[in-house]
Amino acid sequence: MRAALGELAIARPKTLAEALAEVDPKAHSTPAVPIAGGTDLYVYLNAGTLEAPRFVDLWGLRELRGIRESGEALRLGATTTMSQIREHPLLARRYPALVQAAAEVGGRQIQNRATIAGNIANASPAGDSLPALLAYDAIVQAKSARGGRTLPFESFYQGYRKLALAPGELIVAVDLPPPAARATHFFRKVGTRRAQSISKVVFAGLLRLDRAGLVEQVRLAYGSMAPVPLRARAAEEALLDEKLNAPTVARARAALERDLSPIDDIRSDREYRRQVAGNLLEQFLRLAAKRK
Amino acid sequence: MPRVRSTGRATKPASPDGSVGVSIPKLEAHEKVTGAALYLDDLRVPGMLHGRTVRSTVARGRIRKITLDPAFDWTGVTVADHKDIPGDNVVALIEEDQPLLAAHEIRHAEEPILLLAHESAERVEKALRAVRIEVELLEPVLTVEQALAAKQLLYKDTNIFKEIRIDRGDAASALRSAGVAGTVLVEGTYRTGHQEQLYIENNAMLAERTEDGGLLVRGSLQCPYYVHKALMRAFGLPAEKVRVAQTVTGGGFGGKEEYPSMIGAHAALLAWKSGKPVKIVYDRLEDIAATTKRHPSQTRIRSLVDRDGSLLALDIDILMDGGAYVTLSPVVLSRGAIHAAGPYRCANTSIRARAVATSTPPNGAFRGFGAPQTQFAMECHMDRIARQLKLDPLEVRRKNAVREGDVTPTGQVLTESVGAHEVLERTVRRSHYEAKRKRYAQENVAAARAERAGRFDGRGRRVRRGIGLALVYHGAGFTGGGEVKLASLAAIDITPRGRPRILSASTEIGQGTRTIFAQMVGDALGVPAEFVEVETPDTGLVPDSGPTVASRTCMVVGGMLVDAAREMRAELTAFHGAEWSDAPGFERAARRYLAEHGALRAEKRYRRLAELSWDDDTYRGDAYGVFSYAACTVEVEVDLDTGETTLLSVTTAHDIGKAIHPVLATGQIEGGIVQGLGWALLEDVRWKDGRVWNHQLTNYIIPTAVDVPTLDVEIVEIPYSRGPFGAKGVGELPMDAPAPAVVSAIAHATGIQIDEVPVLPEKLLRAHSQASVG
Amino acid sequence: MSEVTLRLTVNGKTHRVRVPPMKRLLDVLRDECKLTGTKEGCGEGECGACTVLIDGRSANSCLVPAVQADGAKILTVEGLSKDGRLSALQRLFVEGGGAQCGICTPGMLVSAHELLARAKGRVPSENEVREALAGNLCRCTGYQKIVDAVRAAARGGRAW
Repeated sequence: MRAALGELAIARPKTLAEALAEVDPKAHSTPAVPIAGGTDLYVYLNAGTLEAPRFVDLWGLRELRGIRESGEALRLGATTTMSQIREHPLLARRYPALVQAAAEVGGRQIQNRATIAGNIANASPAGDSLPALLAYDAIVQAKSARGGRTLPFESFYQGYRKLALAPGELIVAVDLPPPAARATHFFRKVGTRRAQSISKVVFAGLLRLDRAGLVEQVRLAYGSMAPVPLRARAAEEALLDEKLNAPTVARARAALERDLSPIDDIRSDREYRRQVAGNLLEQFLRLAAKRK
Repeated sequence: MPRVRSTGRATKPASPDGSVGVSIPKLEAHEKVTGAALYLDDLRVPGMLHGRTVRSTVARGRIRKITLDPAFDWTGVTVADHKDIPGDNVVALIEEDQPLLAAHEIRHAEEPILLLAHESAERVEKALRAVRIEVELLEPVLTVEQALAAKQLLYKDTNIFKEIRIDRGDAASALRSAGVAGTVLVEGTYRTGHQEQLYIENNAMLAERTEDGGLLVRGSLQCPYYVHKALMRAFGLPAEKVRVAQTVTGGGFGGKEEYPSMIGAHAALLAWKSGKPVKIVYDRLEDIAATTKRHPSQTRIRSLVDRDGSLLALDIDILMDGGAYVTLSPVVLSRGAIHAAGPYRCANTSIRARAVATSTPPNGAFRGFGAPQTQFAMECHMDRIARQLKLDPLEVRRKNAVREGDVTPTGQVLTESVGAHEVLERTVRRSHYEAKRKRYAQENVAAARAERAGRFDGRGRRVRRGIGLALVYHGAGFTGGGEVKLASLAAIDITPRGRPRILSASTEIGQGTRTIFAQMVGDALGVPAEFVEVETPDTGLVPDSGPTVASRTCMVVGGMLVDAAREMRAELTAFHGAEWSDAPGFERAARRYLAEHGALRAEKRYRRLAELSWDDDTYRGDAYGVFSYAACTVEVEVDLDTGETTLLSVTTAHDIGKAIHPVLATGQIEGGIVQGLGWALLEDVRWKDGRVWNHQLTNYIIPTAVDVPTLDVEIVEIPYSRGPFGAKGVGELPMDAPAPAVVSAIAHATGIQIDEVPVLPEKLLRAHSQASVG
Repeated sequence: MSEVTLRLTVNGKTHRVRVPPMKRLLDVLRDECKLTGTKEGCGEGECGACTVLIDGRSANSCLVPAVQADGAKILTVEGLSKDGRLSALQRLFVEGGGAQCGICTPGMLVSAHELLARAKGRVPSENEVREALAGNLCRCTGYQKIVDAVRAAARGGRAW
């Protein structure tokens, strides 16, 4: 452990309002860093790469827990864990790509502690659940001491590890609108090994064909392929209202090049990522085409 | 022939009442499953300080200035540098070129420069960041090619630590005759990367000054007498003033063979200076970044073969990266060279092996000790021969595998316990290799055809399957005259309670040393294994039975202990007038003996076997008393969309002479296999400017339980007359076969032979794209 | 920095400790509760050697701030045996070679314990066991004997 844990403070609010006060820049000169499951923060502390003197514990806040229906949508409390996502029957039926993503985050010990808001706030381009959230058009509910607001997850990242949250804002929930019926859901994480790994490429797709076999709705989302997890809009554009035949697939694959900007890093290289991203797209489209 | 299945149940014990061949509970298993076992980091000593190491962040340079930040409060911080070393600033091992602390010159990144200690672990961590080291940078040598170019000289005038030549017959002339009488030349170059041992318990040592002016050093280690020797030298102390004891050790795999000497001396130096006990426990980041790894290698093989696949000549050129200091590289190289031609018959063999110096942390011992690297090359080459001759890889092995009476490249005649064909045939049979070889080939053709027609598997994937094979051998014990030079000593005495007690420096590091020693000695004395005590490897209590390395523990040290036990039994029987029938009977006889004579101790020193001879200058003779043999098949599924390889099955047969404890023996095999599979597919040390880039467990990837399939292990027992109960070595052999078998299986699945491990998906996909385009 | 007083129940026994609030649960267990069975292998939630159950759920105790264990029920490896008697799972590890060097064993047993509790008497498939133990790295055994021991414990019924 390379951080001096003995010198760190942590506030333990009893309510969300108290927690919001802890992160309020007007109330504190050094706003507290929110911590829930700690599965990312303690890794940084261990390596000595996080310099923050004060934390606020969100883990015990009842207001941030639980999965419930909210109108048409399903609302995941900010500290919903990956295990809770994995084990929820309604989620498994409606949002299988997210459930699969949750099942591939770390080992069981991590899944029991890692939260959905933590995965979002950590803002790693490789975050496993993030492409699934993009494919399901998730909406982030944020709150500060001054009130709440709604942010589409697609525009939540403004750059590498740069959140759209204002100072003093916390993620309090994630809403998942109902996906179209009879759609093909797809999730594939290509990591450094088969479990407990960080992704080299992570892909989630949602696609629905109309009765004529034309693509009626399509969402393609990638992680580890750009500074932020993102929707492949050009590829989606190439597919929309088209039949899933070889020329369309080839056009979509070519369009993908405009969407993605992979890099060489400690886990993989640019060329591999580019190729796998295209191959997974094709794999997904093959499956989607089979579903008439 | 007796054999056991992977369940580890013995078919029969060695003797009706004995425990050899029976899987009794491992002696320390109870304390390990309850959490009671105390590892080094679990020990607390009053007044103890925590030690940390200030290291170089650059690969090569000269130290200009060391500054302790005056703004930092240094109260209570012990600081030690090379000038504080009372004796010689060297890690005493083979050559004495490695300092304990860099004095002027920095020869690799992470080289230790300064030591700090404080009673608070957090405080000393902060102190670490308050040290500034100014270095004049020198051009580092980061590849073996740069080393051989010798523009920057790191070691003498060639950068070559050691060169070995082994010649039998006349390979050069034979190779020149290629084409004559239908003979074929087959060439290839094969590469292996660094590998981290990745024991789950990081390196850890605790040092204290003793009242008699000496040192007590405890720790997680494989070789107490190596540390002992290093401490005597560094502190200028006589043997009796230095005591080194092993604590429960959480894995070694070679990684705790030589490096604990360094850490032990560091902790001792801080203790020497501060007068307080000092504990140094590396965290994972430091352990991966700074400690030894498996030597990377490249091996070029040129071979001449007959149309039927018979080996006529082999020319093998091996290059290993030793890192910045000599350490164990010459002996790693030696084992690698001796094993380089594999378990095959070939009348003309020429082997050249070189270990070179680079500006990277020294590479060291890791299970297999050079042999996995060179046999990887040879096994890949056997597949290349098969491909070039359009034969099955199995046929090429069958054609050339050694039998009794065959001769190795060093001229050693294999006189007994030669299990090559036995393990090969058993593995082939159990894995249904031949049927699968045909079936997968057909299925892969059909899959490719279907994909062209737009049909895919149920999940939309494009996959291919294949099965591959490897055959290897591994010499047990030190190479050549090593055991003779070492002249190790093991003993048995009687405790005051009248129990036999084993005295040896051989360490339990998970593999079962204590248990198999107790079994063998128990059987030899006619008492149950549980009745036999095993003394802690503590240089104050046990003689130097040598290091726990080289697959020598069971065969060599175990053999000495059995001899000692037999001598003790004879002595006690003569005294008692009769044999005993049970443990209490032994106890009574032993106590009477003690009452009369005061003590009973039987000692055995290693003695050269008359039939073995070795010449270290010419590398001719009997390199090892005997070899163990293994064959392995691996089935894979390759995803052509991602380049990922999924392991479907692993089947292996190991001829180890005799499984003293079948569960422990299969445990060694299964663990070694999985390390081999990790090396084959996942484990890749990534470097940046001479420093390990991926020194976190998040990024240095070893297999999890889902990365490996069910393992099917069969033990074959072809006894060795000189081994205790017929036993040969088992510890390292399992590391040799998996990697080439994986490469072989991938080649079968995809048609692409990657001559390099790890076969990362990136490499495989790249090669596949190129093959598809070309 | 000020310390806090916490109350945690470890293996059925209540401990009151005074510690810095961000101290790792791992260190609280080892330093304050003197339960050194829980091991540190990496400090970053990768190896699983520090696995404990917190209110029935497994966690890497190297990633848990002490304050979050306040009021919680913790199970460590020391809590698996009762009155010196090994649990069936522990016994099968001993007999079947599930523990070699032993450093991963405490975490491995705790993860296996969680799986068996979740399985409620059903015998999990080999793949299920492997998946449940994927957060626990072992470098000695190749996992086979561990997986076999866990399934054998499940076959033995509820009293694992």
